[in-house]
Amino acid sequence: MKNILSSRIGMIVAGSAIGIIAVLLQAAGNPPNMGICVACFERDIAGALGLHRADVVQYLRPEIPAIVLGSFIISTVMKEYKPRAGSSTLIRFFLGMFAMVGALVFLGCPWRALLRLAGGDLNSLLGLLGLVCGIGIGVVFLNRGYSLGRSHDNRKASGWLFPAFMLGLVLLNVSGVSFSEGGPIFFSAKGPGSMHANVIISLAAGLAFGAIAQRSRFCTMGSIRDIILARDFHLMTGVASLLTTAFIGNLILGTFNPGFTGQPVAHSNHLWNFLGMTLAGLAFALAGGCPGRQLILSGEGDADAGVFVMGMITGAAFAHNLSLAGKPDTMAGDVFTLGGPGIYGQAAVITGIIFCLIIGFTMREKLTVK
Amino acid sequence: MSEQVIDARGLSCPQPVVLVRKAISDGRTEFSIIVSSDVARENVLRTLKNSGMKGIVSSNGDDIIIKASR
Repeated sequence: MKNILSSRIGMIVAGSAIGIIAVLLQAAGNPPNMGICVACFERDIAGALGLHRADVVQYLRPEIPAIVLGSFIISTVMKEYKPRAGSSTLIRFFLGMFAMVGALVFLGCPWRALLRLAGGDLNSLLGLLGLVCGIGIGVVFLNRGYSLGRSHDNRKASGWLFPAFMLGLVLLNVSGVSFSEGGPIFFSAKGPGSMHANVIISLAAGLAFGAIAQRSRFCTMGSIRDIILARDFHLMTGVASLLTTAFIGNLILGTFNPGFTGQPVAHSNHLWNFLGMTLAGLAFALAGGCPGRQLILSGEGDADAGVFVMGMITGAAFAHNLSLAGKPDTMAGDVFTLGGPGIYGQAAVITGIIFCLIIGFTMREKLTVK
Repeated sequence: MSEQVIDARGLSCPQPVVLVRKAISDGRTEFSIIVSSDVARENVLRTLKNSGMKGIVSSNGDDIIIKASR
C-alpha cells in the first residue's frame, strides 16, 4: 500500500498534526513550551523510577511509551515491523547518554526546541544554531565514510521487548504501585514534573505521534542533515509545518511570549544553549536519528534504537545525580540569576563532544563503491 | 564495465543515500543498490530523482533492489 504520509503533502500534514497536538497537550496540562519533549520526558521517567531524585522532574510520562506503541502498532499493520539489531550497540548506548546530557544542558530535545521557538522563547535560536552545527559536523563524518556497521535481522519476538517494556511503564504509571514508602514510583508534587495532561490524553497524543511520525519518517535531526548533505528539503517541510502550526496555536491560545528572559523551563545562557545542542545534534547525527525518531525505530523492532533510548534514560539519571543538567534562569524579587549548567555540566558537554568526535573519526568504512 | 552493485542492507539512515551520492559523484550512470527497508527505498528513490536519475524497484525475498539509470 502506498505510503501517503511520506509524500511532500503527507509531510506537511504530519508536521502540522504534530505541532497542533503538541500545543493541545500544553493546553491540557503539560508544561509551557513543552507539549512534547522526548529528552525532558525520558528524564521525568527516569525520575519516576527513582533513577534520579530531583523531585521537581519525576513523572512517568505516558507520551513516551505511547509513541513507541503507536509506532509498533502501525508498523505491524503496515508490514514495516522488522526486528533488527547488532550495529555497534555499546557505542549507540553512550551516544544516547551524551545526547541526553547535551539536551538537558539546553533543557530540550529538538522537538522542544521547535515548540519553545513557537512559543516565543528566543533562547531556542541558540539551541537550534548549535543543533545545526553539531549535525553539520556529523555530515562531514558521514561523507568521509562514518558507519556504525550493519544491523542484522532478528526473530520476530526480539522486537516485542521494547514495546512490552514501554507498556510496562504505562502500567506502572496507572497502577498506583509504590515500591517503598514514598516511592518509587515518584510523582512530582511541584515543578515541571507535576504539570501533565490527563493520562488518557497523553496516551492518545503519544499514539497519534507514534503512528504519524512512523508513516511520515518524521525526524528533526534528519531534516537539517538532509539539507546539508543533499540539499533535500523533504523532511524540513514537516519540521517547518510543525513550527508554523505550533506558532499559530500559541497565538490563538495566547501562549506566545517573545523574549529571552522569563521563559518557562529555560535559561538564557547563550553559550551553553549553543554547545549543549551542538553535542546533542552531533550525537543524533552519529546515531542516525533524533530522539523522537529513535523511539519510532524502536517500536518498529530496531533494537539499536532501543539501546539509544535506554542510553538517553541512563544519561538523564546521570545528569541529575551528577548535577550536569542546565538550571533555569531564576528571578527572586529584583534579582535575576542566569541559569545554565554548572561546572560539571560544562565538563560533561566538552567530554561528550570529544567522545563524539572520536567516534566520528574512528568508526569509518572506506567509502569505495565496488 | 560490469554493473556496479551497492550493498546497503542493514545500514542506518542516511548511509544508503551517502553511498548513492558517492556513486553519482564518481560519474556512475548505471548501478544497482540493495536496501532492506521501505524507508531506505523511499530515500534512495528521492535522491535519484533529485539527481535527475531514474530508479526501478524490484525485490528478492526481503531485499529491495533499485536499479538506477540516467
